[in-house]
Amino acid sequence: MPHVDLAETSVRDLNLALHKLGADTNETLWSIANPGGEHSIAVGINAPITVNIAGNVGYFCGGMNKYANIVIDGSAGQGVGENMMSGRIHVKGDASQSAGATGRGGLLLVEGNASARCGISMKGIDIVVKGDIGHLSAFMGQNGRLVVFGEAGEALGDSIYEAHIYVRGPVASLGADCIEKEMRDEHRAELGELLKAAGEGHKVDVAEFRRYGSARKLYNFNIDNAGAY
Amino acid sequence: MTEHQRNWLATEPRKSATFDDATLSEIRRAAATGIYDIRGGGSKRRMPNFDDLLLLGASMSRYPLEGYREKCGTEVVIGSRFASKPLKLAIPITISGMSFGSLSANAKEALGRGASLAGTSTTTGDGGMTPEERGQSKYLVYQYLPSRYGMNPDDLRRADAIEIVIGQGAKPGGGGMLLGQKISDRVAQMRQLPKGIDQRSACRHPDWTGADDLEVKINELREITDWETPIYLKIGASRPYFDVQLAVKSGADAIVLDGMQGGTAATQEVFIEHVGIPLLSAIRPAVQALQDLGMHRKVQLIVSGGIRNGGDVAKALALGADAVGIGTAALVALGDNDPRWEAEYNKLGTTAGCYDDWHEGKDPAGITTQTPELMQRLDPVAAGRRLANYLKVLTLEAQTLARACGKNHVHNLEPEDLVALTMEAAAMARVPLAGTNWIPGAPGF
Repeated sequence: MPHVDLAETSVRDLNLALHKLGADTNETLWSIANPGGEHSIAVGINAPITVNIAGNVGYFCGGMNKYANIVIDGSAGQGVGENMMSGRIHVKGDASQSAGATGRGGLLLVEGNASARCGISMKGIDIVVKGDIGHLSAFMGQNGRLVVFGEAGEALGDSIYEAHIYVRGPVASLGADCIEKEMRDEHRAELGELLKAAGEGHKVDVAEFRRYGSARKLYNFNIDNAGAY
Repeated sequence: MTEHQRNWLATEPRKSATFDDATLSEIRRAAATGIYDIRGGGSKRRMPNFDDLLLLGASMSRYPLEGYREKCGTEVVIGSRFASKPLKLAIPITISGMSFGSLSANAKEALGRGASLAGTSTTTGDGGMTPEERGQSKYLVYQYLPSRYGMNPDDLRRADAIEIVIGQGAKPGGGGMLLGQKISDRVAQMRQLPKGIDQRSACRHPDWTGADDLEVKINELREITDWETPIYLKIGASRPYFDVQLAVKSGADAIVLDGMQGGTAATQEVFIEHVGIPLLSAIRPAVQALQDLGMHRKVQLIVSGGIRNGGDVAKALALGADAVGIGTAALVALGDNDPRWEAEYNKLGTTAGCYDDWHEGKDPAGITTQTPELMQRLDPVAAGRRLANYLKVLTLEAQTLARACGKNHVHNLEPEDLVALTMEAAAMARVPLAGTNWIPGAPGF
């Protein structure tokens, strides 16, 4: 099992080693020690490996991840899992702003809170946050699902397209064109699957969540809607 | 009153200079439709440009080079600051970013073919990288845009350079809008949005908010591409001195500076005509910023926004740019607004040379459309050949002018080779008014 101590090895050398891994690599379990809040740890991985990071990471950890399972045993800085394509990123602490930004696939799981703009411009990623999220989360969310156990900040889902949002706690305010929607059976099933994937399937009742999504009134510009922008 | 008296008292009808025909037409249009005008193209009003500068050919105090016999170099290396694989272009003219979605796949392919024939690069745009464009482009710059439509790490690694778009000359500070009628199945699939809806492009990036953040973002992209791929930053010309300094500080390998005459696929006319500054006025502050940091020629400066001919190229290089970018001119070279389609332009209520409703997807030339029957009108091989011819003419013209100024490389042109025809141009370009040694605003006057 490769072990990399970032107190001795640079992030550059770590990423270079990770980028050399192919789809059929035997080096499938990596451990990273002393991340020390460094930026861009384990970015651009393109192989089905597991990376365990022991500690806090800086900006963009796991950025553009494909296939990898990345576990951060600490908190993550800005843009964790940005534009990830597939795989799984598990933040055991809190996540800073823009977590999962523009993510296209895979699952981002945050045990603690996520800050502002969580899931901004999400494009297919699933994000589960067990704590609260900040303002402007899922702004311009195109696709994917955002699940929040706690509270949501202001302007949730502003200018949202087709992302699905489930929040258990109170929502400070909804953004432009975002409305609360009926929870039908298919949504309860979808939420149940997400909770199961996040390891919470047996602990949380889907009936406690409310669903939010697009009113689709701003999909084509109309001057009579100008006040909504 | 007699007829004679009536004639004597009558005055000729006179239109207001403030409310001219175009203004009156726009007021009527706004009142009828209830929406501001959205269009493509760039600024349509006259503003200071490279025509207001003249090159000083050699006479006695300078020694010219022989045309067609003595060499005048044109090659340029872009992105050598940090990247291990900078672009080595044969000519200092690049093709600016234009998106698939706004343009047809055939048009994107033609741009790639033309650029490759001429030894230069082309650039993607909102909408991602198409196989047609990647396949035909020897050098392809991958735009990293606020919308992140079509963005994925595989394409990022397939790119020869990455251009982080922060602003665009036609609309610095503004986002974009691709109206629903152009959202074909393929465009919708690439952008991961429902078909037929208006696709808004964000005006700001989702995961960084300032220069300090951007520095970290750039390093992430470098990490993903193993520090091989040059990173450009594209900015709309508005505060070029400060924006260029921050771009250098953030770690750019190269800077693309886009003046307000630059084109756009579609945005509000009020934005096109009233935001940003002309390229003529933007280059010297940008170069000054690089010089003050000791980074001129180390961080390359590509300027764009209204470049039309070799004179524009030579003058932009003389002001300190390393290369120029062309967008609208490249589309015209492909066949945009060609009079051969005049009858169809007339049906759309316009005329060849004025067509700018590119967002409507009805382009008779088959360039700014996703309609299959229109797209087929553009032969990407022939259009690519036309673009290559045009790029070579631009290069030849710039070489000719450089030789006349006694330069054996187009990059040896310098501000000292220029004078201005107007005080405005002299002040903006910081070169003397012709026949004087007066640079308005320069220290000492």
